[in-house]
Amino acid sequence: MSISHAPPQPAPDISGKESDRAPSPGPGPGARPELVALVPTSSRRARVPRWLRRTTGPLLLLGLWQLLSTTGVLTSDVLASPETIARVAGNLIEDGSLTSAMGVSLQRVAIGLLLGTLVGTGLALVSGLFRIGEDLVDASVQMLRTVPFVGLIPLFIIWFGIGEAPKVAIITLGVSFPLYLNVYAGIRGVDSQLIEAGESLGLSRWGLVRHVILPGALPGAMTGLRYSLGIAWLALVFAEQINADAGIGFLMVQARDFLRTDVIVVCLIVYAFLGLLADFVVRTLERLLLQWRPTFTGR
Amino acid sequence: MATDVHRPVTGTPHRGDTASQDTRGSADTTPAPPAAPPGTSDPTVVRVAGLTRAFDGRPVIDRLHLDVRAGEFVALLGRSGCGKSTLLRILAGLDRDIEGTALVPRRKAVAFQAPRLMPWKRVWRNVLLGLPGKPERGVAEHALEEVGLGHRAQAWPKTLSGGEAQRASLARALVREPDLLLLDEPFGALDALTRVKAQRLVDELWQRRGCAVLLVTHDVEEAVLLADRVLVMEDGVIAHEQRIDLPRPRDIADPRFAALRTGLLERLGVEAPPAPSTPPPKAA
Repeated sequence: MSISHAPPQPAPDISGKESDRAPSPGPGPGARPELVALVPTSSRRARVPRWLRRTTGPLLLLGLWQLLSTTGVLTSDVLASPETIARVAGNLIEDGSLTSAMGVSLQRVAIGLLLGTLVGTGLALVSGLFRIGEDLVDASVQMLRTVPFVGLIPLFIIWFGIGEAPKVAIITLGVSFPLYLNVYAGIRGVDSQLIEAGESLGLSRWGLVRHVILPGALPGAMTGLRYSLGIAWLALVFAEQINADAGIGFLMVQARDFLRTDVIVVCLIVYAFLGLLADFVVRTLERLLLQWRPTFTGR
Repeated sequence: MATDVHRPVTGTPHRGDTASQDTRGSADTTPAPPAAPPGTSDPTVVRVAGLTRAFDGRPVIDRLHLDVRAGEFVALLGRSGCGKSTLLRILAGLDRDIEGTALVPRRKAVAFQAPRLMPWKRVWRNVLLGLPGKPERGVAEHALEEVGLGHRAQAWPKTLSGGEAQRASLARALVREPDLLLLDEPFGALDALTRVKAQRLVDELWQRRGCAVLLVTHDVEEAVLLADRVLVMEDGVIAHEQRIDLPRPRDIADPRFAALRTGLLERLGVEAPPAPSTPPPKAA
């Protein structure tokens, strides 16, 4: 796929003669043009599998951390070593507190994400497909989305009490806006030529939405989903640190009260892994749903 | 929204002409004789009278009249911006901002200059898109085979070459079994070799299907090569009409062909070069 420049090895014999001369600006009469070998992509690409390449970065980071801990640069009361943290994580899993906390947190995110997706895409469809919907919905959403949703936590507690409802509500709110914006932009970004083609083929209004507009908006929706998942975890952390009695956030608050940095770090790592998992889910979805896209996929 | 609109595209009361479209069963199977004299009993598939389309008060089509008989191949020439594509879009039912009468068959299909395949649907699904009911894949494959693309039914549009995509678009139009096929410069974006092949393909398909074709083009040679009748559009009306009675398949080297081409080019404001040996500028 790629046309690359000179190979790392010395090029064959012509370069030997040419390099004696100063690089002449213009080829004079009779001067031989310099030839450059085009190296096939396969010989350039390292044959390391993709997943291994993707895990190398985090592993290097982990190695650096362990190194700093063992050399004493990072003291244990600032940040425990990976070794300690692995042990603590093992203990937490053994007594079941981490797994039950993860279960509670995952459930909150799942419900919040589901509701947020419904609200966000629903509103985006209304304002993306209909001009009257745009006039009614878009201004309000644009206004509301600038309100920092974290600031609404106290209000939500007053409204919904201290149970699950305010936590789910915060996540729902956080998730809705990026989905709305991206699905809306996706719908409005569909090529009008394709819509016209669909019309000329006799598609009904609903047929146009189903076969032309929604598939065309899918790349935008995926971007929105990515943002939403990130925000969902963020909202979860905020929601669980206030008035929670279960979940990873609660575990962290408890650990803070007992000055257990190792437990805090374990919780943070759990968050990170959940984020990684979410990214994996979106990537898989994109691979399955967007394989038709004739876009640049990187070299 | 488009194809099955009845006696399409007009607000004015229709005048019973639509009934004639259904009586063309016999003309369906046999291609219209290229040299049919005007005014025969051939049913009309397009009847346009006093059609006006204005953009911001400036008429692009100005009280235009046009009749196309069933099975007739009509080419519409004109300088860019003369309104020929607008006329095609109106006949396709894509532009309804019109005054006057325009009668077109219920079953019509369009192939645009760009293939306009849905990139998110495999080729065969693109071909079936918008067909009523739940047509089977075999229907699409049959149409694709007709344009020589049977082996690409499963492909994504992004993997097609320009010529292949254009043929897929043609198959998508033909699978609707149109009484009127509207072609909007369908060969404009193709390279010279692919264009020659595509032109032959359209010629073959037309002979086999016997549907009326309206080809919008700016290529005089293409028009003379394919059409029974070449119309030149100017100032929003059909300003000139030229019957092409050459036998098919037509030969570009035929002196009568050259004469027709030169005549049409002059009509379009391109004078023949002074030296008689030099070929006219539009030679592909």
